[in-house]
Amino acid sequence: MILAIDMGGTHIDSVLVRQGELVKFVKHEVQRNDLFGSIWHCLQDLLQDQDKNEISRIHLSTTVCTNAIVEGKVSKVGVILQSGPGINWDFGNLGDNLHFLSGSTDHRGVVAEDFDPDDLEAIKKSFQQNAVESLAIISKFSPRNPETEKEIMSFFADAYSEITLGHSLSGKLNYPRRMQTAYLNAAVANTFRTFARNMLTALKQENITAPIYILKADGGTVDLGSALKRPVETILSGPAASYTGISALFPAENEDAVLLDIGGTTTDIFILADGIPLFEPVGIEIDHRKTLVRAVYSVSIGLGGDSYIRADEGEIRIGPERRGPAVAYGGEVLTPTDALVYLGLMSGKYPQKAEMAIASFASELNMDTEACAAQIVTQFSESILRKIDDILERVNKNPVYTIKELLHGQQITPRSIKVIGGPAQALAGALYEASGLEVTFPKNYEIANAVGAALAKPTTEISLYANTERRILSIPELDIYESIDRSFNQAEAENIALRAVERAGAAMGLSADQLDSEITESSSFNMVRGFMGRERNIRVRAQIRPGLLYDFQPTRERGKDESE
Amino acid sequence: MKANNSLGLIFFPAFDWAISPAHPEREERLLYTQDQLFEEGVEDIEGINFFNPSVARPADVQRVHFAYPDVDSIVSESHYIAAGGVMRALDAVMSKETDKAFAMVRPPGHHAQRVTYGDRGFCIINIEAVGLEYIRQKHPDLRVAIIDTDCHHGDGTQDIYWNDPDTLFISFHQDGRTLYPGTGDMSELGGPGAYGYNLNIPLPPNTGDEGFLHVLDNVVLPVLDDYKPDLIINSAGQDNHYTDPLTNMNFSAQGYALLNEKLNPDVAVLEGGYSIEGALPYVNLGIVLAMAGLDYSAVREPDYHEAKWRQSQRVTRQVEEISRQVLKNWENRKKLAEEEFRGLRKVTLPRQVYYDTAGIMETQRQEFTICGDCPGVNVIHSVNDRGASLIGVQIPRQACPSCQREGYRLFEEAAKAGVKRRFLQDRSNDQYFAS
Ligand SMILES: [Zn+2]
Ligand SMILES: [Zn+2]
Repeated sequence: MILAIDMGGTHIDSVLVRQGELVKFVKHEVQRNDLFGSIWHCLQDLLQDQDKNEISRIHLSTTVCTNAIVEGKVSKVGVILQSGPGINWDFGNLGDNLHFLSGSTDHRGVVAEDFDPDDLEAIKKSFQQNAVESLAIISKFSPRNPETEKEIMSFFADAYSEITLGHSLSGKLNYPRRMQTAYLNAAVANTFRTFARNMLTALKQENITAPIYILKADGGTVDLGSALKRPVETILSGPAASYTGISALFPAENEDAVLLDIGGTTTDIFILADGIPLFEPVGIEIDHRKTLVRAVYSVSIGLGGDSYIRADEGEIRIGPERRGPAVAYGGEVLTPTDALVYLGLMSGKYPQKAEMAIASFASELNMDTEACAAQIVTQFSESILRKIDDILERVNKNPVYTIKELLHGQQITPRSIKVIGGPAQALAGALYEASGLEVTFPKNYEIANAVGAALAKPTTEISLYANTERRILSIPELDIYESIDRSFNQAEAENIALRAVERAGAAMGLSADQLDSEITESSSFNMVRGFMGRERNIRVRAQIRPGLLYDFQPTRERGKDESE
Repeated sequence: MKANNSLGLIFFPAFDWAISPAHPEREERLLYTQDQLFEEGVEDIEGINFFNPSVARPADVQRVHFAYPDVDSIVSESHYIAAGGVMRALDAVMSKETDKAFAMVRPPGHHAQRVTYGDRGFCIINIEAVGLEYIRQKHPDLRVAIIDTDCHHGDGTQDIYWNDPDTLFISFHQDGRTLYPGTGDMSELGGPGAYGYNLNIPLPPNTGDEGFLHVLDNVVLPVLDDYKPDLIINSAGQDNHYTDPLTNMNFSAQGYALLNEKLNPDVAVLEGGYSIEGALPYVNLGIVLAMAGLDYSAVREPDYHEAKWRQSQRVTRQVEEISRQVLKNWENRKKLAEEEFRGLRKVTLPRQVYYDTAGIMETQRQEFTICGDCPGVNVIHSVNDRGASLIGVQIPRQACPSCQREGYRLFEEAAKAGVKRRFLQDRSNDQYFAS
């Protein structure tokens, strides 16, 4: 049985799921100043009538790292950069304890110039004087050759236990993002460690020993041990949980589709290509920092069931602000929900009040009440669809680098829209009218995020780089740096990448039939160097495919009295 | 970080195409440039946007070339895309989608001449010219300057714009007596309709940063000031670099960046450059930053030592002398044209053109009619050592009504000449005929 906890901004949901079947669902409000306590109360409520021994794994979507970053409640990080020649990026947001080392490594991973080891002594002294708590060490092109980062670390290892090395976070090339990601990782390391320790202690008191997995922004999970090394991967997992939840509630189909999560204030949009979600091209952005953290691509727009509606020069304006709940639910200002309630598409607590609010708004615009309500609904749906069109236009223009992709690449053309959220059912008709696409919505959308958290599978992605001229092979994410012989080829590289990603998956508790490893990119370039014959430059990416541990079967109604 | 000039990058490395597996024009060519651009985080600079190339159509190629036997037989997808990259760059700039654009595409094009039988100097079609003539269909009155900074003479672009006064062509290159393709002398000044609008600046081997910048400051910029083009295109070959395996020049990434900052082109197009690990990653990065108006002072090759690549005093003196002469030719172009063409009604230009990659020898005769009202109709008679023969008639964009009629008459007349193919390029009506 999987126990999952999904912590959002306002609510914390928890579920128990057995082999894909929902056992129990509990929803609590979040006490923002006591995140741990909030989790704990929710858990006790969930487990009070359950057999704890049945719990085989715990899935946690937590906002501790996200909140720490957004609120600036982070550790004091000492940052050491080896930038070498290139672009002069602005390092302004890496804190006051920032030092630059001389030397550089080039794009092949060849050290062009060594750093000056004498500089390290002074840096260490400065860190200690300034009470630096954790370190981030980042060198340009370190995924190609991590030696510089490792040498620097070894100098500080006696004084610091929390040291993040740039190359350990991603094999992708992007120095400024590596720098920001390593900084954030070091900045939240202590916060996350404290949270994990509290969690483990509390679970132990309850005699729960099941392994813990943390949700990531890519819709997968990571085991607690790995998360302690790379806590930055736990940021912004909320939209990913909702994506996974939506995909759990709908039967899997290998088609292009749009997923919508319509909330009170915002609507989140996800795009599926052949049933697979689109990912952020490089990584997600948090606190104005672009990172290398892999994430499901989602766009949030300021349009929800509670968006504030007013007239502006005779035009209806919806959102992006929320000024409290809908009139139909005891609020003060008109919202799309009120229009849906008035039109009989949705139920409300105070339908008469909603009708009065719509009527007075309509007379303000010299409109018929019903026409006005219909207009609000149409406008709402059309705004969402316009945004979807913008997104599709953008992603269909994403850069490609081969003739095959340019001439024969698939454009994403959605066949259906799958919607969850309060107004999902009520809006289905209008969305269909506006798009001409099939629109579907599940029952019990409230459980989506928690179910998504429960069924999310551990995921990992690796980048293999091999160069037969230099006889090196690297997989930075797994800290694999090996030598190869000159006959090494693409097929061997793919094989090694698959086995490596499968080992990583197995270490995170995936069984053989759940691994579902795949090569996502693979290329081999002839290198011609003088008369020395052909060498090869090989790049392969492999991943554990994000997905569900089990198909979801919502056969049981949720409710406290339905436990076994 | 935000670009001061928004810049569209049409970065298309064609990772699945090579002339042949060990050819310099192979899949690997832009691989390390991509590594460098990605690692530097160029894609995250606000104002720098990556665009996919358009794909040129045969009609776009016909506007520029007499392709034998026909366009589709000799032009592959990769060429349509490289030319399409330039089209996209020009579209983006002319529609003000972006301030500037850099087409980092392959294969190059500046050795492809009006007649094309196949591959010359890795070029089959002239990608700048295909792009430029495409955009001129939307903006017919554009006055354009093409500045070719590739180490080889841009003989294809010279041939295409030889008689077009609305396209100023300036090429600086390693002296043709020491490097392929051998042409590019100062005395090659253009046809009767555009004499002096073709400027060659042949430079001695081992010219360094100082020499290139001297040419820029003392010839190119003054000429541009005078010509006042609506659009500046840089044919940005990168084989003047000190590490290039095919050439003998000493230009650096800093030099290329400074050149682009001063030249301030609207569009740059990658041409040659085959030091794919030692030069391209740094030169391309330098050009990107310079075009975007960003600080490039820290861009440098890991092995660069200024003193090592500084040019000799002898080279400096030669460069200064060449620069003086070229500028003088520009200033005296009207007078020189009068002397050259006084009393003539037609100018004939016999030439031989060697296709190094394809191994074809072409013999041709170009005839330029002199007209007082327009640049005049011109005709190419061409045969090659593989038994091909063609006559190509060109009616220029700016043609007067009588030259338009004359063009059609010459095309009819060519039917009796017994050549295998005849072509009519009616640029004034954007119509193209072949038979
Ligand atoms: Zn060249
Ligand atoms: Zn005329």
